[in-house]
Amino acid sequence: MTAVFLGIPTAPPGVGHLRGDRSFPDAARDSLRDGQLRANLGHATATIRGKRAAVVGEVPDWAELREAGRAIKAATMARLDEHLIALEEQVTARGGTVHWARDATEANAIVTRLVQATGADEVVKVKSMATQEIGLNEALEAAGIAAHETDLAELIVQLGEDTPSHILVPAIHKNRAEIREIFLRTMPGVDPELPDDPRRLAMAARAHLRERFLRARVAISGANFAVAETGTLAVVESEGNGRMCLTLPQTLITVMGIEKVVPTWRDLEVYLQLLPRSSTGERMNPYTSLWAGVTPGDGPQDFHLVLVDNGRTAVLADEVGREALHCIRCSACLNVCPVYERAGGHAYGSVYPGPIGAVLSPQLTGVEDNASLPYASSLCGACYDVCPVAIDIPSILVHLRAEHVEAQTRTTPEALAFRALSTAMSHPRLWRLAQRAAGLGRFLARGRPTLPATLPPPASRWTRSRDLPTPPAETFTQAWAREHGG
Amino acid sequence: MNAREEILGRIRTALGPDRPAPAEVRRDYRLADGRPPGDPALLDLLIDRLEDYKASVVRCAPPDVAVTVAGALRGALGEHSPAGVVVAPGVPSGWRPDGAVEDDGRPAVALAEHAATLTGVSVAIAETGTLVLDGSPLSGRRALSLLPDCLVCVVEAAQVVGSVPEGLARLDPLAPLTMISGPSATSDIELQRVEGVHGPRTLVVVLVG
Repeated sequence: MTAVFLGIPTAPPGVGHLRGDRSFPDAARDSLRDGQLRANLGHATATIRGKRAAVVGEVPDWAELREAGRAIKAATMARLDEHLIALEEQVTARGGTVHWARDATEANAIVTRLVQATGADEVVKVKSMATQEIGLNEALEAAGIAAHETDLAELIVQLGEDTPSHILVPAIHKNRAEIREIFLRTMPGVDPELPDDPRRLAMAARAHLRERFLRARVAISGANFAVAETGTLAVVESEGNGRMCLTLPQTLITVMGIEKVVPTWRDLEVYLQLLPRSSTGERMNPYTSLWAGVTPGDGPQDFHLVLVDNGRTAVLADEVGREALHCIRCSACLNVCPVYERAGGHAYGSVYPGPIGAVLSPQLTGVEDNASLPYASSLCGACYDVCPVAIDIPSILVHLRAEHVEAQTRTTPEALAFRALSTAMSHPRLWRLAQRAAGLGRFLARGRPTLPATLPPPASRWTRSRDLPTPPAETFTQAWAREHGG
Repeated sequence: MNAREEILGRIRTALGPDRPAPAEVRRDYRLADGRPPGDPALLDLLIDRLEDYKASVVRCAPPDVAVTVAGALRGALGEHSPAGVVVAPGVPSGWRPDGAVEDDGRPAVALAEHAATLTGVSVAIAETGTLVLDGSPLSGRRALSLLPDCLVCVVEAAQVVGSVPEGLARLDPLAPLTMISGPSATSDIELQRVEGVHGPRTLVVVLVG
């Protein structure tokens, strides 16, 4: 059963950040040449991997929590419509207003209209994957509204006119010297003698943002969880910028994907254990904010919740792929992925990089719009092992590859090659001949361990992202015949 | 069709007429720590976890809270004006340092000018080093524990539970809740942890009992 067959729309092109300009292999080739990027990434992912392993090891019931986390998400998806209706009722009963958005365009229009209704021409933002996905900052800018990112890493990315490269630490690809340079260039009134010490850089950001927090009338956030039973929203963070945005402005607009709902308050006791340990390798993140609607005298007095589909129902329609909707955006899979560690987040072209991005982005956009991503994996399975809600990412990758292959109307060179291989392997004489022919490759290789990096077309389509080993001097059957006289 | 009906319709189409039965959720993870609230071992665990997150912890007997708070403020701020300390309205008089100001709902800009805040908490979770403020008079409104640069929280031994499930079970899901584990921190620059970005840069916990 596919989304196309059911006619459920995927995320529309031309808006938001789910599609890259180039295919993964093309984009990855650039990042593989960037030694600084690879060094930053290697250091960062290894550090977080170590921290995560240590704090997960402290929890004696991790396996039971992980299974509960998986089961709650599966149960949520099986009754997603009912939970969303309950959430809407609860939020409304507590003084909030709920809006529904079919796609990125509609979500951006709703938020823009809400901001305009307040008369404000600027907003402060809590780091949020959903608003990045729909390209909200660009939409607000087009309407003359300045959107200020307040998470330190998002601020670095925004001031550097760059794009995030990691779900959790979006500026992971920048080192302290690069960050200092960005601050000196873009922050008004910054001390020209600012050193590149992380503490001093963080303090410069604090001074830069404090005034904005105090004057902002409208804030925009995402949500990590929304409890259907009570209407409680949850945002987890570290810096306090989230608390500033969620607490100080008069109006709060929260944008969340419809898959973020959980049925009951008790479900948070599972995810508030799984998420921090999996993402930052902490026992608990420094700040978690929870609120239900509006509280008189405390925090925003005007609260809007925007529920966004943007391709999620198309993902839900795929019985194998729907598990990708269970993702709680911890980014543990990025930090263990050998492909992500070398290619970096930008190569994936979507706001969702790494293994989860390789299954989520193609499903949200339709596989043909992100056809290279399901192949951006070695299928080693490390992502499945660390996923706190046990999403079987490798199986979904294989499933999406099959969907892509089936969608091809013309025979690809790869299909032709495998058809020829299949014929050869089913005929012993042909197979021996082919093996002997492969020995010719040794001339091409001229003693090097792999054949030339680029073979002529059409074989170039295979070798541009793979090394082709030099055929051995002797095949197994020849060696057997020589030693055993077969 | 409006967006709401259309999205709900898409979900129903996606799940099909034979929608899967909701998976059974087994809660066979640890629901309780096994030690009663306030158990001495839990207090030690809480202190260990808070200090690991660069909070400072001082212990005292119930009659000595005010003097301990005053001492902690001197330690964190040096010589300071007593009026620089703002307290949540429900904080008992026996906890308040002399000259502290009670929060009267003043605007955020005025609140930000105070050097320190004193509040109680709703519950503390030992295993994760977490304090929870619930917007009640004892905890104060959310901006109170956010804007001044130093936050002092008084935790009573009986408020300390072991596990996250025990902590959440004691909370009202409809209250504006703030869970605090150590002071504000970032690791965004080369993953080097820096305490104090936007929230209070100093967190002092006075553990009573």
